[in-house]
Amino acid sequence: MSIDVKQPAATQATQSLEAGASVLDMSSNRVVLRRKLRHFYDQSASVAIAIGGVSVILAILLIFMYLFYEVLPLFESATLKRVGEYQIENRSNSSSLHLAIEEQSEIGMRIGDQADVLFFDVSDGETVAFIEIALPAGTIITHFALDTESSGIFALGLDNGEAVVARYSYDTNYVGENNTRTLTPTIDFPFGEQPYALFPESELAELAVRSNGDSMMIAGVDENGGVKLINATKRTNLFSAFDIGGGGADFEIGNYPVDVVAQDVEQMFIGGDQRWLYFISSSGLIRALDLVAAMNGDSDRFGIQSVLTEDGTRPTQVVFLLGGISLLVADDSGAISQWFLSREEGQTRLRKAREFSPGAQPILRMTPEQRRKNFVSVDDEGRLAIYNTTAHRAVFSADITDRVPNLLALSPRGDGLLLETVGGGVGFWEVHNEHPEVSWSVLWDKVWYEGYSEPDYIWQSSASSNEFEPKYSLMPLTFGTLKAAFYAMLLAAPLAICGAIYTGYFMAPAMRRKVKPLIELMEALPTVVLGFLAGLWLAPFVEKNLLGIFSILIVLPLSILAASFAWTQLPRRIRNSLPDGWEAGILMPVILIFSYLSFALAVPIENSFFGGDMRFWISNDLGISYDQRNAMVVGFAMGFAVIPTIFSIAEDAIFTVPKQLTYGSLALGATPWQSLQRVVLPTASPGIFSALMIGMGRAVGETMIVLMATGNTPIMDINIFEGMRTLAANIAVEIPESEVDSTHYRILFLAALVLFMSTFVFNTIAEVVRQRLRTKYSTI
Amino acid sequence: MKKPQNTNSEFSAWMRRGTPWVWLNAGAVAICIVMVVGLLILLTVRGMSHFWPRDVLQANYAPPTSTGELLTTQLIGEFVESEMVVAGQIASSGIPIDETQDFYERQLLKLGNRDLTGADFTWALSDFVKDVEYPLEVVAMERREWGNFYGFLEAIHQDGVPIAFSGEALDIEANRWFEFNRRLDRALNIRDDIYVIENEEIGLINYAMERLRLRERRLQLDGEESPETTTEIAARRQELNAEYGVLQRKLIALYETVNRDSAIFLAANEQEIEIVFADIVRAYKPNQMGPFSKLLTYFSKLGEFMTAEPREANTEGGIFPAIFGTVMMVMLMSVFVTPFGVVAAVYLREYARQGFVTRAIRIAVNNLAGVPSIVYGVFGLGFFIYIIGAEIDQVFYPEALPAPTFGTPGLLWASLTLALLTVPVVIVATEEGLARIPRSVREGSLALGATKFETLWRVVLPMASPAMMTGLILAVARAAGEVAPLMLVGVVKLAPSLPLDGNYPYLHLEQKFMHLGFHIYDVGFQSPNIEAARPLVFATALLLVIVIASLNLTAVALRNHLREKYKALDV
Repeated sequence: MSIDVKQPAATQATQSLEAGASVLDMSSNRVVLRRKLRHFYDQSASVAIAIGGVSVILAILLIFMYLFYEVLPLFESATLKRVGEYQIENRSNSSSLHLAIEEQSEIGMRIGDQADVLFFDVSDGETVAFIEIALPAGTIITHFALDTESSGIFALGLDNGEAVVARYSYDTNYVGENNTRTLTPTIDFPFGEQPYALFPESELAELAVRSNGDSMMIAGVDENGGVKLINATKRTNLFSAFDIGGGGADFEIGNYPVDVVAQDVEQMFIGGDQRWLYFISSSGLIRALDLVAAMNGDSDRFGIQSVLTEDGTRPTQVVFLLGGISLLVADDSGAISQWFLSREEGQTRLRKAREFSPGAQPILRMTPEQRRKNFVSVDDEGRLAIYNTTAHRAVFSADITDRVPNLLALSPRGDGLLLETVGGGVGFWEVHNEHPEVSWSVLWDKVWYEGYSEPDYIWQSSASSNEFEPKYSLMPLTFGTLKAAFYAMLLAAPLAICGAIYTGYFMAPAMRRKVKPLIELMEALPTVVLGFLAGLWLAPFVEKNLLGIFSILIVLPLSILAASFAWTQLPRRIRNSLPDGWEAGILMPVILIFSYLSFALAVPIENSFFGGDMRFWISNDLGISYDQRNAMVVGFAMGFAVIPTIFSIAEDAIFTVPKQLTYGSLALGATPWQSLQRVVLPTASPGIFSALMIGMGRAVGETMIVLMATGNTPIMDINIFEGMRTLAANIAVEIPESEVDSTHYRILFLAALVLFMSTFVFNTIAEVVRQRLRTKYSTI
Repeated sequence: MKKPQNTNSEFSAWMRRGTPWVWLNAGAVAICIVMVVGLLILLTVRGMSHFWPRDVLQANYAPPTSTGELLTTQLIGEFVESEMVVAGQIASSGIPIDETQDFYERQLLKLGNRDLTGADFTWALSDFVKDVEYPLEVVAMERREWGNFYGFLEAIHQDGVPIAFSGEALDIEANRWFEFNRRLDRALNIRDDIYVIENEEIGLINYAMERLRLRERRLQLDGEESPETTTEIAARRQELNAEYGVLQRKLIALYETVNRDSAIFLAANEQEIEIVFADIVRAYKPNQMGPFSKLLTYFSKLGEFMTAEPREANTEGGIFPAIFGTVMMVMLMSVFVTPFGVVAAVYLREYARQGFVTRAIRIAVNNLAGVPSIVYGVFGLGFFIYIIGAEIDQVFYPEALPAPTFGTPGLLWASLTLALLTVPVVIVATEEGLARIPRSVREGSLALGATKFETLWRVVLPMASPAMMTGLILAVARAAGEVAPLMLVGVVKLAPSLPLDGNYPYLHLEQKFMHLGFHIYDVGFQSPNIEAARPLVFATALLLVIVIASLNLTAVALRNHLREKYKALDV
């Protein structure tokens, strides 16, 4: 402020400039410097404030951008990058049976039909190790069967009717000063080196193997269609626990000749739970044998039969998807279909869940991924495609080689791919495939999950097992969100809007001054307190007083009307003692008394009509399931939370309707109710609409109340007596436990983005409507 | 026949005037008010009554049994509530009662003694509760473990030897109670000493050890290890270990002395139990107490609730760390939110060119206040913690890795997240305040030659400061009640230490903290003994509501005051 003092002084100075007193010269260095300094301050403040302001606004925008950034990778396709193409060593001049990659995508493996196993560096094909499996003298390999890619257990069928079961694995050692990791490939025999004799007298026609840790099952068919099962279980005793490697381990071996004849078996598989044995014929007929029954000796027929292919096409390859539940069937018309056992009309059948058709060329090879429900297929022209079954989506599809493919392998992490072509050439690709299990249909459509009897909307994001098929349908959550919001609005909308109408139009100003802060206080009540009361006090209370709650809905409006009529019947002297606009004050005791009465009277009524327990009556006699924490409780609690939001905005809209409109209407003889109905409400209706929108937005995004007042079960049922799980509550429950950047994590971000967008849209519409209303009022 | 007709016409006139609709609308307001007030009363009653020392009753309970024999049990405990139950419901639970009687009253009794009976509470049918009396000598006790205890003091032991009291029966009783209290005070004092050693002194040493370890690791990482530093660190470590040994010995001695005394109590059904004084928090004879001494106990319990740490998985004791954590978080948040909110508002109102863009921004900012809070939590978790926090750890705290320092939920991130959540509130309130300042004031200042910034700094902002205060208070109120985002970005069920303590650097921004709202959620929904914890949750909820309500009412008052002030300016 010092400049204000100086300026008059400076003026004087200019006047007395003639006198030679130039101390206060406006252009003196000091003043000029000061002016410059002030100007500089002003400029820099402008810049600083602009930067600050813009950056705050940008920070807010950042929320949206960031959510989007986290969600986007969900919908990306997979990419392949060629790392190397080479010939691998083939000492025994054998033809390939199987190809695999090790966990770190460093070492590849090829099993040849001379019992030769070659381990090679995937990037350049250099040989890492070469192992020959010792076979009984004079035998050759006729069949190869793999348990799963992840277990590495395989069976070699020999021409003498025996089978050798072995396993490939890698020992990890850390050597040297820098703890360099070295991998040593090994072939071991977890179920004994001794061959299993399947058919000593006849020739093996097909072989299958399946293990789960400690037990293993081999199934064989001979040329005459005879079926035989061998079951080996590791004997668990103190000593075998120390016996790693399996060389001398003890096994309990069971031989089960099965009394069925299986002709024309081209492929054979044992299901992941070792319950079903599938035979597939060359024409595509699949027969399933119940192994539990067969091993007990009481099954002589195939309970389940289906035809896998249509129009005379023939299956080219059949593989199990991860988990051993679904069969993937590729045929020579280029189609791939997914089949699993599920119940239909009370019967277990093998049913086709979905089909993929990458092209018209016959599919040569397929291989499943080891940790996700993905698989890779390649056709005879070298077109490679990567699919996710749940998402029913091709994440990648392109021609990757000109030669005819022979064998295919995926690394355990799904990040590496080996392809051997006819002639022994091998190529290795790096695969970048982060989120194949997500597609639009997974999120919003019904999906037919493995083992389910029909497509359904299911949210089930995690389970203990690796082989679990994650179920990421956002529908049950969205439904739950809308259900909660609906029941909340059912309570809140009428109460808040009627209340706003009364407060904004009829209420005496003195009372209004008291009511408004009270409603504002209601808005400020922490939702965690409301949720706590709803879950721990209201839910048991409602359960105990169901009939009372229902009767109150009828009794209260009637009692208000009765009180209103009774009031008009009172002598004028009494009526005049209360000024206009205090009706709400009179009604409070009325409401209290009648609420109490309806609860008190409900007890005997409940006793005589509903056997004393209406909840029991509802679930038993009506057959409607009843949860203690249900939509009704949420409706009450969240309604309570939403009322003040709607109330404040609606009241504002009604109160600010220009008074001259009302006065005009009243002067023309309309009653207050008529002018409200015909003048005020139509004018204020956009404001009321926006109040409802904002209220809805709040109900949709509310977390704590639903978290605490519902059971958080993601079901889709409109039943008022059952709970729900909302998007917001789901995020709160699951995100702390989800792995960063996993599909689950990103889907939760997607849920947050959906919430953000929907409330943002609701609110923007409401806000724009309100602003237009404001300009309208100001012009009247 | 005249009168009904009269009523009839009156009725139709009543209908025609639209009175019923007006009254229905009035009813809606009345219902809202009844609900709010009812909720506040419910919270107050349940929350405040918890600390009142209630009389302890003693009764015999002999419900009918299916075998017909009469099993009488003694009940000693506090009456909690009673309700009417349909006879059929009781019959179906296996108690053969007279079904001709429609209803039975049953009462909930808090019997305590969880270590003896396995449950704190029991329901008893009032009809079969006989010989109710309120013995003067019954003792109610709060313990460090197993919840409350009710029973009679029988004897006091020192080192396992009973202490003899002589005189008349009444005297003996009084002397014993006096001696009990004397020894309880002693035990509580030793307990305090133990607390200081365990939590403060040993905590300090542990903290120093950890810092030493990190320093060593840091030197290793930077390749600046030298024999000097190694020996220095080793020496320091030895020193700390020695200190620790001294404290450890002191602690053992203290534990020995505190466990010297024990008391023999007679619980319900003549069960004898020995309780060590060290396990007792508070003991009183409620049936002997007058209203004044009950009031004293009430305030002592209330004081403990506000200032003590929680016990027994948060279901007992106090909530001080939660209060402290909430306050810390809110204060930090205010530090972030005020400057940014005000700068953004000033920019929008005073500097930015008004037009479509500013209008759009204003709408967007307004709407952000309505975006679900959990979305902010998700943002905070993903962006602040997993991206920025992880980066900070890489650059500044490599010695602590793989244990994250800032790459994990903590106080700083919680405050920042809530600052982001509440910045729209501050922007809106400040903008409103700026808009209310009459043009003439600004023009006056500019006309006197002040620059735009000077006008802003010396005239406009001081005038708008109440509006900023309002915005800040509303932001604080919102932040204090918010739980959903905090669950993701830093709040925990039980924090080992406060975020502000005597250890360098004193304010631990990376630490997790406790919060009142989360405390309510956690104790109310995740605790194993919900029935016993419920009153405490009500008290916590009441406290939270009081804090938030008073903040809001302050904001409302400020706003009204502000409006009045500018009305005067406008004229």
